[in-house]
Order: sequence, then structure tokens, then C-alpha cells
Amino acid sequence: MSYLPYVIAAWIFLVGLYGLITSRHLVHLIICLSVIQSSTYVLLVAIGYRTGAAAPVFADIPPGTPAVDSVVQAVMLTDVVVEVTVVALLLAFAVQTHKRHGTVDPDQLRALRG
Amino acid sequence: MKRKTRTRFFLVSASVLAAVFLLGVLGLPPLGHYRGPYGDVVNALTVPERHVTDAVTLVNFDVRGFDTLGEEYILFTSVMAVALLLRRQRDEPRRRHRDHAPGRKGVEASDAVRVVSLVLSGILVTFGIYVVTHGQLTPGGGFQGGVILATAPLLMYVAGEFENFRRAVPRQLVHIAEALGACGYGLIGLATMAAGGAFLQNTLPFGTTGSIVSGGTIPLIDLSVGLEVSGGLAVLLIVYMEETLEHKEE
Amino acid sequence: MLPLIQAMVLLFVAAGAAVVALTRDPVAQALVVSFYGLLLAILFFVFQAPDVSLSQIVIGAVALPLMILLALTKIKKQEHEKKD
Repeated sequence: MSYLPYVIAAWIFLVGLYGLITSRHLVHLIICLSVIQSSTYVLLVAIGYRTGAAAPVFADIPPGTPAVDSVVQAVMLTDVVVEVTVVALLLAFAVQTHKRHGTVDPDQLRALRG
Repeated sequence: MKRKTRTRFFLVSASVLAAVFLLGVLGLPPLGHYRGPYGDVVNALTVPERHVTDAVTLVNFDVRGFDTLGEEYILFTSVMAVALLLRRQRDEPRRRHRDHAPGRKGVEASDAVRVVSLVLSGILVTFGIYVVTHGQLTPGGGFQGGVILATAPLLMYVAGEFENFRRAVPRQLVHIAEALGACGYGLIGLATMAAGGAFLQNTLPFGTTGSIVSGGTIPLIDLSVGLEVSGGLAVLLIVYMEETLEHKEE
Repeated sequence: MLPLIQAMVLLFVAAGAAVVALTRDPVAQALVVSFYGLLLAILFFVFQAPDVSLSQIVIGAVALPLMILLALTKIKKQEHEKKD
């Protein structure tokens, strides 16, 4: 029971991967990629958690009370920002692909024409 | 490979992957028994040493400030790449915006939407500036506040005020703001080097805990990151909306 | 032992991920992914991470669906132009 977040992270990864492989639209594929990225958030937040501890903001609690890990949360913040960056770039690629080849179906984008 | 074959092959290999995942995950410490020393050290040092009350902002902009510099430049480069990819090519003529359903009036924004957007735009700008400047005291910081600031002109677009939208985010101003924010972070690092420390070392006086001017270089870095993120997202909005903006006046 | 609310939010997030991956129409999926971003923000909040939760709300529930819808509008406009 105390391994539930890790199992959920693995489940989210596999579900996103399934959606990615059976996708028929490039934008649907990109959104499934962002779901796969969100599985890493669940894993990271579960690693840094400490039972019964407070958030690492000492504005109203005296410094020295047990708090959860703040380094892992800083890494997660970077992760969230980079996700939206990557999705923006991939969506621009999808729009350009549709302009050049006329289709957004990954199954029909076989040969890479120059 | 046909679709069905591909799906069956994926299901077989996904079950193997799931087994390997679960084996690996059971070796981690169970939830709640956090062991590592690094987080405890940083939490113990935020208030006594740096006079900052938000440990996550401290880690982002001071203890691991160099990583955040790289992340800000990732955002900057990616916005530039999107603007480059979606520019008008040389062989594409400038098309007139055609009405695709002539004879039917376009859907105008209702009065409720316009009033609510008007009220919310001002509140969003104030809230965004509050979140940017109070990054070292409460949860917030440059990134969150910058994104909040960038959604204020978006509300104007939703309300249908295209003239005000174009006046609020003129292209040149937004590009200049983004560039200033991006180079500001690097300049702060170089300035601390000139003041005798390492690159991005916190050399300004730390101030009193709980006031806005605390934490040394952290408020300055917050401001420059907020400028860069809001400018970058506004550029993204303008680039995507330039082609899809249907003007009511044309 | 995991408190009840944390276990419940984790199960909701797992169900939300399955719904996002199995929605085929991209326009509907943009709204579903916005709701999924909100669920993730609640998860971070319950696990004592307010900074990340704020970031996830503004980015995953506002900026991400916005970009998806703008890209879809551009693709539809290109299809209209090709037909002429």
C-alpha cells in the first residue's frame, strides 16, 4: 500500500505509451507524450514526501519543523516548464508537416521526401 | 507492419516492461520514509543563512541557480524556434482573410464575457506582479508569475477586443522585453563575478526575513525571469494568432 | 499507511491518464487534458508541494490546452486553403 504512487507512475507511463502507439492524429500523439512526461512528476513527488511533514515554506511555521524535500520540488518545477516548451515545438512541427504533406495521420507519413 | 500486429507486439513488450518496472520500484524506500540528507540540509539553512522563507525558490535561483539559467534559455530558444518555423515563407503570398460562411454573422462575444474579461484582466496583471515579486517569501516566483501575466492579453482576445489586444502587446515591445529578461539573468551572474565571487554567487546583502528586499540577488533574478517568461509566451501567442486572427473590420 | 485522501487522488489521476490517452478527437482531448492538469495540481497540493502545484495549474491547465487549440485551428485553416 505504501508503494501505490510508484505503481501509479508506472501505470500512467504504460497507458500513455499505448495511446502513443495506437494514435491516428499527430496532435493526439503529442498530448500522449505529455501524459508520459507527467508520470515522472508522480514518481518525483512520491520520492520526496515525508509522512506528517509540512510544505517547505517557512513563512508561518518556525524554521526547524520537519518539512518535505525541497530539492526534488525544484527539479519538478523545471520539468513542468520544459514540458510546455517541448510541446510547443512539437506542435509547430506538426503544423509544418501538415502543410507539406497534407495529412496528420502518422501511418500515412511513410517516406521522408526531401 | 500492420496495425494489429503492431498493437499485439506492443502488448507483449509492455507486459515485460511493466514487470521490470515493478521489480525496480519495489527497491525504493516506501512512501513517507524519506532518507536523503540533501533536502534536510537545505531546509535547515534557508532562514538562518539566507533570510529567505521559501526553500524551493532558494534552491531554484540560488543553490542551483545555474540549472535555472539553462532552463530559461531552453524556453527562450524554443519560442524563437516556433516563431522561425511558423513564419511566412517566401513563396506564400499574403492571403486575404476569406469569410468561409458568407451570409452568416460571426459569433460575437456576449456582454457577460466582455464585462468579466475586463474586470479579470486588471486583476490578473496585479496578481501576476504580486507573484513575481514575492517569490522568495511565499510559493511563487518568476515562472509562475510570468505565465499569469501572459494570460491577461489572452483574455482581451477572448473578449473580442482585437484593437486593444494589438495595442497591449505590440510586437516590438514584447520582443524587447523577452530579450531583456533573457540577458538579464546572465548579466547578474557576470556582475556577481565582477564583485569578487563566483558566477551567480549570492553577493548582495541578505536583508531581513519576511520583507520583499531579502535574499540578495533572488528578487532581481525573479524580476528578469518573470519578464522573460511573460514576453516569451506573449510572442508565442502573437505568432500563433497572426494567421488565425479573423478581423471584423476587413 | 497512506491517508485516504492521498490514495483517492492518486486513483483519480490514474483514471484521468487513461481517459486522456483513449480520447481520440484532439479538440475534446484538449479539454480533457486541462482537467487532468487540474487533477495533477490537486495531487501536488495534497503531497505538500504548493510551488509545483501553482506552476502546474498555470501551465498544464491554461497554457497547454491553449497551444493545442491554436495548433488545431491552424491545421483546419490550412485544410480549408488546400480545398480552394
